[in-house]
Order: sequence, then structure tokens, then C-alpha cells
Amino acid sequence: MGRFIVRRTLSAAALLFATSVVVFGIFEVIPSYNPGRAIAGRNATPQTVAIVNKKFGFNQPFYRQYLNTMKLIFTGQIVDYQDQLNVVSEFKSRFPATLSLVIPAALIWLIAAIILGSVSALRAGRFADKALMVMAIVGVSIPVFLLGAVLLYLLAYKLTIFPNTGYVSLTSNPAQWAYYLILPWFSIALLSIGFYSRVLRSNLLDMVNEDFVRTAKAKGLSQQRVFRRHVLRNSLMPILTMFGLDFATLLGGAALVTETLFNIPGVGQYEATAIGNLDVPPILVGAMFTAFFVVLFGALIDVVYALLDPRVRLTG
Amino acid sequence: MALGVPRFRRNGQGSSTGDLPTQTTQGSSTEDLPTQTTQDPSFALPEAGGVAARPEPLVGRPPAEPEGPSTVGVGPYRLAFRRLRRNKTALFFGAVFIAIVIVCVLAPVYSHDVAHIGPNVTNPTGTVNGKSVLSTSGVPIGPTFTAHYFFGADSDGRDLAVRLLYGGRTSLIIGGIATIIIIVFGTLVGLLAGYFRGVVDAVLRPLMELIWSFPPVILGVAVGTALALGGIGPIKGNSIFIPAFIIGVIYIPYLGKPIRGEVLRLREMDFVDAARVQGMHPWRIMLSEILPNATSTIIVFIPMMLATSILLEAYLSFLGAGVQAPNASWGTLISDGITYLDTTPSFALIPGAMLVLTVLSINILGDGVRDALDPRAQVKIQT
Repeated sequence: MGRFIVRRTLSAAALLFATSVVVFGIFEVIPSYNPGRAIAGRNATPQTVAIVNKKFGFNQPFYRQYLNTMKLIFTGQIVDYQDQLNVVSEFKSRFPATLSLVIPAALIWLIAAIILGSVSALRAGRFADKALMVMAIVGVSIPVFLLGAVLLYLLAYKLTIFPNTGYVSLTSNPAQWAYYLILPWFSIALLSIGFYSRVLRSNLLDMVNEDFVRTAKAKGLSQQRVFRRHVLRNSLMPILTMFGLDFATLLGGAALVTETLFNIPGVGQYEATAIGNLDVPPILVGAMFTAFFVVLFGALIDVVYALLDPRVRLTG
Repeated sequence: MALGVPRFRRNGQGSSTGDLPTQTTQGSSTEDLPTQTTQDPSFALPEAGGVAARPEPLVGRPPAEPEGPSTVGVGPYRLAFRRLRRNKTALFFGAVFIAIVIVCVLAPVYSHDVAHIGPNVTNPTGTVNGKSVLSTSGVPIGPTFTAHYFFGADSDGRDLAVRLLYGGRTSLIIGGIATIIIIVFGTLVGLLAGYFRGVVDAVLRPLMELIWSFPPVILGVAVGTALALGGIGPIKGNSIFIPAFIIGVIYIPYLGKPIRGEVLRLREMDFVDAARVQGMHPWRIMLSEILPNATSTIIVFIPMMLATSILLEAYLSFLGAGVQAPNASWGTLISDGITYLDTTPSFALIPGAMLVLTVLSINILGDGVRDALDPRAQVKIQT
């Protein structure tokens, strides 16, 4: 276990380093990218731009700029070029909104996928199975902003059941919080349910043939117990792996489309604005933030693997 | 993933049975069962790094078919083609896709002979059937269902129906170019890394892991916004080749990784050893010995990558990092239309419907192709 933690920490550090260098490098090689000019404003004189360049160190060599930026990030003093806001505190204040969006959405799709996938495997070839097949293939063909737009139009504009956009924090009013977030939750969840349940279904159907399932049946365990304790438990692993990665990237800001469409003040919305302004610090922090969650959930999923399946040892 | 259409139709077994569990599980598919158990993704243990521990695709083995009188002496691709021909759902959606392509290719004809207006011609002060194209407050006219402004106008008074067709062309061209980039370079990278291993693999594999560990939308938007400003070399910032190029590069690992795995397996086979001891050049071994055995994997990826590329283009354009003005694509049209979602939803929903229909038909056709090539395959891709 100790070795596992050490190795994962090292690989996390390596990935964070690579990510930061690449993101920083992308902007460095773009010919038209001129941050000094962007900060100084549209009508700035060359002198002002020169002063800004000097103050922010944009005329220093690449590695110096990189080191300076990293130092600012890890001391929490980094500011964005656009509004001079502290990026770290901006991420901190926006993260609860992203958590409010992503965690319930992820729970909805994971639980629904486990139920629907099991139903569909147990009744393979019947109507429920075929309906799920259709849902899965439609789900991978619709972009999330289009589903969000359709839901908004039907349920917020036409029927006015739900508010059109916006966000209320959980601490100020839990009921309003859920009321405002239901449409965004389902926009994210609906598209993944079909796909996840199809993967689970095919794993379940492969697992039924395994020796340990036959043994469990031969021991005289009830049908339900065999399914829950042996078949389902072992079939969950592949979708948990997928889930870990998807969830991690959503936490890091991959929900930026949903947050923009529904006007939710989360980290994704901040990243989307920053990307539009070519504002490097928030993009850089966002990418590292995502990479951090990817590594963290990769490790967590491996721990869950080991708990679910005693044959798996935690290494590297 | 196993989606779409009835599977496991076998020659000489009478009626097709769809997806019955008996055939998938306790069934008599003895011919490929031994290899199946060892390669099954359900048994994939966590790889080093965790990030890579996704279910690996299982495509690429020669299609298994029970020996029967009707199958003797028929090549695997002909068998696959026969299976595909029996799959009516896949054929129907294949036809839908071809129809969409034809309609979008004919966009100039519609623009010139029916609507009499170009895709980028602004007409803010014009009138159609006695109504002005833009209201005094600048709100564009909704669908007229006549030759002019069939689906209404956009906020610059451009004809949306014309832009819808041209936008479709743009989306399809970007998807097509990106797919070609993915197939060519993904195969090349996979072959090199898998065959030479060692130093080549040590360079290529981390590169692929790096791209793979970014969510495609975030990476695409960052690079897309940056390049849209200045362009690359001689290519202008608003060229449609920029999003095509970016999407292509982003998805190279999604093909390169499975091909690499496939090549790692194939290079240990006896026929490759035989070629090696004959003194065959590595390039010749890769191209004429290994590549033909990986072809079915590549074929399965073509429609999947096309659908995924078109979707990613829509995401990038929606966020303003894909197709740039004055060009249109389905993504930019949806993005423009969402402003008017409460008054004229068709502005966003019509290009949306075209986009979904296109991607859906490619996906269903691709599913049929995959089932035909390898009925037990499972491939995963995500946007």
C-alpha cells in the first residue's frame, strides 16, 4: 500500500509537470499571442505595452516565464490577465457550484446505468433491452448542449416548469438549489446512462459463463444472491474505470458546455471565459486541476478494484 | 459497446434470433471462446498509471464463423459484407447518411437556383413576402417555408436554409479530413510503437498518453481559440482546415493505442517470425504482414471516428473555437440559434436535428459494420 501511494504520487507529479509544460508551450508557440497587449488594452501605446511586458515578465525566456508562473501558482498568488482576479481563490469560490452540478448528475447516471444495465442483461432480447439499445446509440449521438437546449425549450420556456437558467447555492436554499439544477443534471446524465448500461450489460452477459458463477450456483445460493454478490460485483469494474475518468474530467471543468448553457458559475464557466480571452493562467490552472483529478480518481478506482476483486494487488 | 442492431445471425441456422442471451452466453460459440476469455475487457486489471485502464477494444481478430457448407472458401471480408447486407437497420441509416451527404453537396445548387442568395450574403434591410428580414429591433424573421428564407434568417439577414446546407458541408468536410488524419497517423503511430517497441515506443506512447489524458473538448477549445487568432503558417485563422487538423490530432491516440496493442500481439505470431528470418525489411513486414491483419480494427474505427469528429467540431464551434465567421457549421448555427431559443426554437433545433441525424446514422451504420466484421467486438469511444 505504501509503495502504491508513493508510485502514484510520483506519476501524478510527472503528469502535472507534463500538462503544465504543454499548456504553457501551446500559447508560447502561437505567433499572434501577445498577452502584454491584451492586458494593456486596445488603445495602449507601445510604451505601456512594454511596461506591462516587463512587469509580467513576458519578455523573459520561456523557461523563466514558466518557472515564475509555477511559483505563483503554488504560492496561490497567480492572477488572470483579463480582470487581475486571483485564479486560485476564483477556483475555490467556484468549485462548490461545479460539485453541485457534477456529483448529483454522476450519481443519477451511475445508479440508473446499474439498474438499467442489470434489467437489460436479465431480459436480454426483450423490449426493455432493445429500448435501452436505442437510448444508448442516441445518447452517443447528441451533443450535451443540444439536449440541454431542447430541455430548456420544452420544460423552461414552453411549460415553464423549471427556471430557465441560473444557480442558487445549496447553503442558501436547498430546495431552490435542486430546482435550478435539475435540468443541468439530467442534461449531463441522460446522455451517459445509455452508454454505461450497455457496457455493463455486455459485461454481465460475459460474466454469467464464469466458473465461479457456476460454483456459486452449485453451492445452492439463491438466484438473487448469485447475481448480486458474484455476477454484478465482478461486472462493475469496467464501468467504474470509465466512471472514474469521466467524473474526474467533469470535476476539472469538462462540464464547461453545460455550465455555459445554464449559466452556472462553476470552474468550467470560468475556464470557458478564459479560453475565449486566451487568458493563460486560468487555462493552465484548469488543466492542472483536471490532471490532478484524473490521477486521483485513477488511483481511487484501483483501490476499489482491489476491494471488489481479491485477486487484484495494488501495484504501480 | 454493443449497440444498435440485431446480432449473431448465423449462416444456415434459419431465422435470425436477435440478441438472445443463450447465444451470447451459454451459446455454442466455441470457435473463438478460448481467446475470448483471456482478452475480455471484464478481466482487464488496472494498468500502471490508472488512466489507461479503460476497456481495450477487442476488434481485429478475423471474424469467426461456424464452418458450414455455404461458408467454405469465402473470404472474411466477403462474409462480413454478407452479414452487413442482411442488417436492414444499418443499411437504412447508411442510406440516410448518403442522402444527407448528397443534399449538402448540392448546397450551391440550392443557393443559386432556389434561394438566389449566397451563404455569406448579408441582407439586413431586405424584405421577403412583404415582411422585413430583420425587425426594427434586429430580430430575424422565422421560417417562411418559401424559396426565400425557407428556415428564416440569422441576425445579419443571411438565409438560414442556405447556411444550413453549407454548414453541413463544412461539418462533413471537417469530419472527413479529421478522420483521414486519424486513420493515417493513428495507424502509423500504432505500427511504429508496436513493432519497434523500445525507444520508439518510449517516445510515442507518453505522447499519446498526454493527449489522451486531456478531455478532448478542453484541449480542442484551447488549441482552437489560439490558432483561430493567428492561423498556422500560410493557413488563415478562419480556415476550416484548422479545426479539422486539431480534431484529427486529438483523436490520433484513440486509434493509435488499440492499433499498438494489436501490433504487439501480432508481431509475436509465427508468420511474422517467418518473415523476419527471411530477412524481410521491417517496413515490408509492417505493411504487408501486420497491417492486413489489423485492417478490420481500422475499418471499425472509420465510422466511429467520423461520428466523433463531427460531434467534437460541433462542440468546438458551439464554444467559438471551431469554425470561424463568416463560415457556418452546424455547431455555429446551433450556437447562434440558442439566443432565440424562447421565441424561435427552430433556429437552434433544425441544425441540431441535422447534426444528430447525421451522427446517429453514421453510428448505426458503423455498429452494423462492426457487428458484421466481428460479432463479439466491443469498442468504446467518448467525446
